[in-house]
Amino acid sequence: MNALVRWLVLGLVRLLAGAQANWQGCTPERRPRIYFANHTSHLDTVVIVAALPPELRSETHPVAALDYWGATKLRRLIATVCLNAVLLDRSGRGPGDPLAPLVDLLSRGHSLVLFPEGTRGEGTVAPFRSGLFNLARQFPDIELVPVYLENLHRILPKGTMLIVPLICTSWFGAPIRLDPDESRGAFLGRARGAVLALAERPA
Amino acid sequence: MMLANPVFQRVIGGIFVLLAVASFAGFVLQRRVGSPGGVETVRNLNARVRAWWVMVVLLGGAMALGPAATVVLFALISFMALREFVTLTPTRRGDHRALFLSFFVVVPLQFVLIGVNWYGLFAVLIPVYVFVILPAISVLAGDTTDFLARNAKVQWGLWLCVYALSCAPALLLLNTSADRDRPPALLLLYLLIVVQLSDVFQYVCGKLFGRTKLAPAVSPSKTVEGLVGGGVIAVGVGMLLHAMTPFAPWQAAAMSLLIVVAGFFGGLVLSAIKRDLGVKDWGRTIEGHGGILDRVDSVCFAAPLFFHVTRFWFAV
Repeated sequence: MNALVRWLVLGLVRLLAGAQANWQGCTPERRPRIYFANHTSHLDTVVIVAALPPELRSETHPVAALDYWGATKLRRLIATVCLNAVLLDRSGRGPGDPLAPLVDLLSRGHSLVLFPEGTRGEGTVAPFRSGLFNLARQFPDIELVPVYLENLHRILPKGTMLIVPLICTSWFGAPIRLDPDESRGAFLGRARGAVLALAERPA
Repeated sequence: MMLANPVFQRVIGGIFVLLAVASFAGFVLQRRVGSPGGVETVRNLNARVRAWWVMVVLLGGAMALGPAATVVLFALISFMALREFVTLTPTRRGDHRALFLSFFVVVPLQFVLIGVNWYGLFAVLIPVYVFVILPAISVLAGDTTDFLARNAKVQWGLWLCVYALSCAPALLLLNTSADRDRPPALLLLYLLIVVQLSDVFQYVCGKLFGRTKLAPAVSPSKTVEGLVGGGVIAVGVGMLLHAMTPFAPWQAAAMSLLIVVAGFFGGLVLSAIKRDLGVKDWGRTIEGHGGILDRVDSVCFAAPLFFHVTRFWFAV
């Protein structure tokens, strides 16, 4: 049943958004990683999971906003069953460290997909929030892979329910690491630059 | 019943023999060719031949199932071609509604009109109704940046990927003779065979004898030798296959020449657009070929001309 729902949802996303993967700077590998991507639509999480090879999906968890993906039963079902998502409380009102479930997964050797902008942009990439930096400091050996999701702001922009079925390509870049004495601002700027560089690659 | 038609059986059988020969030649070449450039060419050649098997089985299967299946297959091809076109064409937020309608209303409607045999509306739906309605919807978004260019891109994408391409299955609408042994689907198969043979043999003759570049600024791989060689083969085969059509042999040769010339310019025009957009292929759907649009670019130009000339002179 779960497998059927997953197959249906990912199949539908492939039909509507193409969901092609282009591994530019690294290859898909079964090792703990944090993939961090630009955030432009509610489809982002689904598209990036659909672009991953099936054998990586069970151990790769997109970090999704609790206030959206936990809001209805259907969304919660898609998020947890199809996407293996961790739902993150963005409000700051929840008990304890909001990053705790993420830390737990990384220490078990799993991978995460983060959207460090925190909120959906409109084709531009906003400054990154510090969650990525905090995780990178706790897990200095982990590979941080920049991902650029192309065209999703054209497929399902903010403020509409209409999907225009273009082809979305997920560009996976070369991994970066946190330098030992790198400041928060410098690191987050560099990480954002790595995503932007994938957007501006020559055709 | 298409499958029981002796002409269909012979033609499809002939295509399978041709593909088997191509697969065998690819197998032999793979063992013989050693130079790095040659290895890459042979690998691409074999990928192309494999993709051809899939395309022939899909198309032959749809035709054997009947007109409905054939029209649905072409609707899907059109949908995917339009998606490749719009993906690579810059549009803005203000085009969102027009694009949504293009994909989910215009594409299905155009092919439903073929399915229900409504030629009158089929012929004017896009150039009259859609070309008036879509800019009207876009203008309400209130974004004037690149307005002319954006509308032109959406409209031309629809003309190319939907209107022009739909003229191929529209051949099923034509009643070209009282002869019941010749279903109209044979005419569609005829168009596709001539246009694709022309493409394939232009490629083969270009690789073997190509010297004189035809349009180096647009498509460096197109040569005079390739065009002439591929064209002569396609026109020759088109003449031999006249039994699939209402044409006399000389008429079949003339029609094939029309298909070859239109198809050649379809490929050339779409190459120019790819250059303009800064890409090499339209997509990655078909291994070895690129995108759907890379495979049907010549059909997009040949189909509307072939359809209308046939309808004008041969429909009864």
